[in-house]
Amino acid sequence: MSNRKGPPGSQPFMKRPDNTAFKQQKLPAWSPTLKAETVLPFFFLSGVACIMIGVLLIITAAGVQEIKVDYTEERDCAECYSLRLDRANSIIDCACTVFFSLSEAFKGDVFMYYGLTNFHQNQRHYMVSRDDAQLVGRQYNLKNPSITCVPFDKYKNGTPIAPCGAIANSIFNDTLQLFYHSDKNTETPVPLLKTDISWFTDRTVKFQNPSPKDNLTAAFAGTARPFYWWKPAYQLSVEENNNGFVNEDLIVWMRQAAFPSFKKLYRQLNRTQEFNDGLPAGNYSVKISYNYPVGKFKGRKSVILSTVSWLGGHSNFLGVAYCASGAIILIVAIILTVVHLKFREKPLGLEEE
Amino acid sequence: MSFFGLDCRKKKEKEEERHLRANDREFNLTFQYATNAIKTSKYNLLTFLPMNLFEQFQRIANAYFLFLLILQLIPEISSLSWFTTVVPLMLVLTATAAKDAIEDFNRHKSDSQVNNRQVKVLMDGQLKSEKWRNVQVGDIIKLENNQFVTADLLLLSSSEPLSLVYIETAELDGETNLKVKQSLTVSGDMGDDIETLAAFNGEVRCEPPNNRLDKFTGTLMFKEQKYSLDNDKILLRGCTLRNTEWCFGLVIFAGPETKLMQNCGKTTFKRTSIDRLMNVLVLWIFGFLALMCIILAIGNGIWEYQKGFYFQVFLPWPESVPNSAFSAFLTFWSYVIILNTVVPISLYVSVEIIRLGNSFYIDWDRKMYYPRSDTPAEARTTTLNEELGQIKYIFSDKTGTLTQNIMTFNMCSINGKSYGEVLDFAGQRMEITERTPKVDFSFNRLADPKFVFHDHSLVEAVKLEILEVHAFFRLLSLCHTVMPEEKEEGELLYQAQSPDEGALVTAARNFGFVFRSRTPESITVVEMGETKTYELLAILDFNNVRKRMSVIVRCPEGKLSLYCKGADTIIYERLHPACKTLKDVTTEHLDEFAGEGLRTLVLAYKDLEEGYFEDWRARHHAASTALEEREEKLDELYEEIEKNLQLLGATAIEDKLQDGVPQTIEQLAKADIKMWVLTGDKQETAVNIGYACNMLREEMNEVFIISANTAEDVREELRNARRKIKPETIEAEPIFEVKQPKNKSAVLPEDTVEGEYGLVINGHSLAYGLEKSMEVEFLRTACMCKTVICCRVTPLQKAQVVQLVKKYKKAITLAIGDGANDVSMIKGKRATVSMDGMRETAHIGVGISGQEGMQAVLSSDFSFAQFRYLQRLLLVHGRWSYIRMCKFLNYFFYKNFTFTLVHFWYGFFCGFSAQTVYDEWYITLYNLVYTSLPVLGMSLFDQDVSDRWSLEYPKLYQPGQLNMYFNIGSFIKCLLHSIYSSLILFFIPYGAMYDTMRDDGKDLADYQSFALLAQTCLLIAVSIQLGLDTAYWTSVNQLFMWGSLAIYFAITLTMYSNGMYLIFTASFPFIGTARNSLNQPNVWLTILLTTILCVLPVVAYRFSRTELRPTINDKVRYKVSQSKHAPPPQATRTRIRRTSSRRSGYAFSHAQGYGDLITSSRYLRKNMATFSPRSKTNAKQPGTVLKTYRAVKDTVVDKTL
Repeated sequence: MSNRKGPPGSQPFMKRPDNTAFKQQKLPAWSPTLKAETVLPFFFLSGVACIMIGVLLIITAAGVQEIKVDYTEERDCAECYSLRLDRANSIIDCACTVFFSLSEAFKGDVFMYYGLTNFHQNQRHYMVSRDDAQLVGRQYNLKNPSITCVPFDKYKNGTPIAPCGAIANSIFNDTLQLFYHSDKNTETPVPLLKTDISWFTDRTVKFQNPSPKDNLTAAFAGTARPFYWWKPAYQLSVEENNNGFVNEDLIVWMRQAAFPSFKKLYRQLNRTQEFNDGLPAGNYSVKISYNYPVGKFKGRKSVILSTVSWLGGHSNFLGVAYCASGAIILIVAIILTVVHLKFREKPLGLEEE
Repeated sequence: MSFFGLDCRKKKEKEEERHLRANDREFNLTFQYATNAIKTSKYNLLTFLPMNLFEQFQRIANAYFLFLLILQLIPEISSLSWFTTVVPLMLVLTATAAKDAIEDFNRHKSDSQVNNRQVKVLMDGQLKSEKWRNVQVGDIIKLENNQFVTADLLLLSSSEPLSLVYIETAELDGETNLKVKQSLTVSGDMGDDIETLAAFNGEVRCEPPNNRLDKFTGTLMFKEQKYSLDNDKILLRGCTLRNTEWCFGLVIFAGPETKLMQNCGKTTFKRTSIDRLMNVLVLWIFGFLALMCIILAIGNGIWEYQKGFYFQVFLPWPESVPNSAFSAFLTFWSYVIILNTVVPISLYVSVEIIRLGNSFYIDWDRKMYYPRSDTPAEARTTTLNEELGQIKYIFSDKTGTLTQNIMTFNMCSINGKSYGEVLDFAGQRMEITERTPKVDFSFNRLADPKFVFHDHSLVEAVKLEILEVHAFFRLLSLCHTVMPEEKEEGELLYQAQSPDEGALVTAARNFGFVFRSRTPESITVVEMGETKTYELLAILDFNNVRKRMSVIVRCPEGKLSLYCKGADTIIYERLHPACKTLKDVTTEHLDEFAGEGLRTLVLAYKDLEEGYFEDWRARHHAASTALEEREEKLDELYEEIEKNLQLLGATAIEDKLQDGVPQTIEQLAKADIKMWVLTGDKQETAVNIGYACNMLREEMNEVFIISANTAEDVREELRNARRKIKPETIEAEPIFEVKQPKNKSAVLPEDTVEGEYGLVINGHSLAYGLEKSMEVEFLRTACMCKTVICCRVTPLQKAQVVQLVKKYKKAITLAIGDGANDVSMIKGKRATVSMDGMRETAHIGVGISGQEGMQAVLSSDFSFAQFRYLQRLLLVHGRWSYIRMCKFLNYFFYKNFTFTLVHFWYGFFCGFSAQTVYDEWYITLYNLVYTSLPVLGMSLFDQDVSDRWSLEYPKLYQPGQLNMYFNIGSFIKCLLHSIYSSLILFFIPYGAMYDTMRDDGKDLADYQSFALLAQTCLLIAVSIQLGLDTAYWTSVNQLFMWGSLAIYFAITLTMYSNGMYLIFTASFPFIGTARNSLNQPNVWLTILLTTILCVLPVVAYRFSRTELRPTINDKVRYKVSQSKHAPPPQATRTRIRRTSSRRSGYAFSHAQGYGDLITSSRYLRKNMATFSPRSKTNAKQPGTVLKTYRAVKDTVVDKTL
């Protein structure tokens, strides 16, 4: 209620706002505008750059050799295909062989993949059906699988499944053996490595066996194999460091694919003897122990051999996309230039205002 | 925050009639009336959490997220972890709760401060000091000067004569002038006799508590007598006692039952048009969301039917899902969860933050700080900023807003010689500036030190004792109705009813003719140091028809004189023919004065013969006591005596405009803002000011004046006006754009008009114009004019006019006025009651902080000290706020749609299973962390052009008025842009990853790598998009932008690290993804390509738009960039050329009848003692008397409304 004017001279500017650049909204700033001098060169440059990158990518991808053999119903595999349509036959073994030839040698490291199509590893219910805590070797989780694994968490009698969940249960279980036919009668098995096919972080951190790690049988005691497996996890391999949860085939399978068609690394060429430089040109066969049923959901299975470049695989997508984008950008750049020179509203000033 | 709070307690049972007895607590307690303790706080410690949460969940957005959370807890539906919703929701809830808690704490504080105020209560026969909270109905309390009224009181007695009290009702209705209340004589006689008061046992029966401030009915029973009570005897809580030493009152309503508290809670929260648009858009978005979910759910049904069913070997359907249709149903809800980001919860929070920030800028602006009164601008409402950038109509008060309400005596013409101009040696007129030497009035010890005059020749003329000059000032010192006040010897204060008169009398005072005191029969003047007492024989008062006033006095020497001042046309008719030459010269001067925009008065006098006067006087006496036709008879008599006058000269008074008003109005006009002045002033005054402040201009095609007395005439005049402006609109009925069929409100389209027109309408005609049948007619005509001045309007009409424009025009309105309310006493706490209709009804109310000290407007949304700051508020702050808000909304919707739509596309590849594309943590943090600060940075710092340029080109304001930056169209554009971006952001990574591998042959097309790639592409793309939107890159923007990207990579690498995985295995399954895929060249090439494809089309579009169809904005920016090195333009301060047409008018703003008051001895009873040695008490009496006049006048006016 007091007269706040106060006696003259008593701090007259008490409420004067501070004169700071921030409060007065005068922070030094850069205000770029879209000007022809910058925009047009930028468009031309980026168009050219895109085309150059695209060409480089196409050349790189062309250097990668790849062959894909769909063996779903190929030759004698067709029998196995129909056999596997009925789940009751799952105990019956079925083997088949597919043949293919390389017209030229695959030089350098060669990787062997299995490909699946129409297989929705990215289905939400499928994706969550795993227990990472179990796979990292936690004792408690080993015996008490996560609820996310339902219905692949326990047997009816309550025995927990290790590894639990739909993903592990549906592991790709065809075995593929590659043979090289240097002539009609010789059949040389191609030496393949089954290790170092998974991410380093996966096999060292994300997947760990439960303890005691040196005695997996004991470690897995009290658990049971997934329904579709023939043998328990601790018998996946004979090699000690590729067994149990750290079995690399399992690890590769457990890294779900983003799309319904995918390929997964199966083996890696062991570059010894005659395969020192890669796969020579010639005839090859793949012996398949055909276990994996895909007929029901119209899936396809294939075996893929490929070399790699710094860019990865054979795919041309990026190269073409870059080229196309570059071309469009150049066209747009030309249009913009024409617009700038011919059609722009001439008095770009305020004279008429 | 509110002072008296929002929360009015509901009454338990309806009270029919209030019955109470003074000084009888026991009796009154039986009725269980509320005590005087108030509670405006909402919570206490215990109830805070539940109540606050309950309130918060009543908001749609919060409730929606709660619903989502519940959905997420259903395992069959849950497609996202709970934390994706809980984390943002918690943040929002906590922030709001903290704000509420602080506000409520402040309310607690103010409650307890109010409740603990001390008041003197009469108890057990003596006065005791009590806390407010303990006052009860029926108590008698004593109030002292400047105290708040404790509760609603029945006035019993007061220190003032006739038991009057003066109260200020600023807090109730925003009016600062004093109101007078008078008690019943029977109680007034008790005075301050404690014993009598203690024995007082009157019984009051009255209406139950209600919220009508202007009405009260009841009866008082005392000593077997019944007295009726009305509003004049009631002091309401919230008022302040002024100029009254003490008074006693009987508590009738206390605490929550007082009228003030009953009135509270009515505050309607103003919403901006963007708010309303946003609400509509949110509905649209919900529809869009539902559409997407339905499409995906149908897709899921088909997929499950065709594929999922057969895939059951590996993934059996859960038991709860019997068929694909049910799966589709569940999927619908799952997608509701995933796609919920299209309705972003953080939007509302961000909007509030942006508005708050932009409000602070207003508070901080030094260019809206008025150093003379130490007043910064203040944004009192922090939620309306962007509307400041969209104003189309301004409704302005005149007095105190456009003008300072200060009249200065600038020039005069005496006996054919003009004074007041300063000439240089060459005889050329010089511009008067601060440095022009002022006239020294030290020879006169009674001079008013504040009076400024520059022309020395006038003082010399006075000192030379030129007869006419003396007569001139003598007239000024005698012919008026001013009341003098002399607190200290020689310190004269004039209480003038109209500031014009004050200025004239003050001028006379400084030039040596000091009006010192008056009685009903005499006027004492100190003439050149010599005290003379004139006998006041008659006042021939002013009225609207006469437009002049005269006094008849007898000089000390015995000579009888009539002094007259009035409008030139009127006086000229009554001059003696001998004055012809002088008249011509004076007319020239008058023209000159008028050209300067000054108000002129002509002065004349006449000596009277004793005999004639005695005769006249007798007839005058007879006429003034006549029962019939008194007025006419008096007028006739006045007419008779005011004849053959001798011309003395003319005065020119400047109604001082506030600084920069004409410039501001010109600027606002350039910005296409229409200015309506609504004033209670007379037409002449209003028109005069209209010209002075450049609203009306000579070069206007025509200024229409509507002042008719019947509805038909008004209609005809309006139509005539329109016929002249745009004849074709007369025949055609207005075409209405129907806004919404439901509420039947229609929008009047804008008429484009060639040329400039002005419209002046008086209150009388306005009343017809506002009638239902004519409002459209009126509005159409008015809206075609550049300027509309409504004069003589009542406060109610002001509100009606604003409402009319709001109703038919799709435009944002702003009302500006100076309800100078005292905020200092409540220190920033706001009373929620406010009655100022105009400011309440307009979209935005702006208050001019008053002249006296630190007063501001309680009901306003923004306040500052000078009208000229309005241009900065609108053209700079408003425009920036609007642009920022629009940019924010456009960008926000863009980034969220883009984010969400990627999920939509992924649905087609993951079996419509509601699988997210991104990592769940990314979803959680995207809005909160990764993109929040950069967009806030833009919305708080962005400016397209600097403030100087904004003011230089007011046209920059127009896009805001047309709502061009954010509307349905731009929203759809934004949606299409998002669809494009999301397609790029999904399909380019898809194509690049599909069927490829790492450079060591290992997996790259796995879900986690793809998620990382897609989210990185998205974040970079939206960040660069923000960069494109940002026009003003401060270091803070840079920091936020790069910081956010850096934080993204830091957080991502941390969350994907071994340690996090080993500690929280279930929450961070993405271990190693960043390390394994961000070292791949084709990942980076993909990111680069998506970025290019997202950004370049935008650049191309914007570039070609500026080339082909540059907006005003582009043009100014271009100009700015051209003149990089040249300094920005200085705000031009050219002197506005005034028009030369003559607009003389009797500018007194007061009403008729003051002469009667002056000569009525009743009101001057106390004033007789002016010259006697006096105590402080009666020193202030003259002022009080004037206040009584004012109060009386107000009541008269009120009754006529």
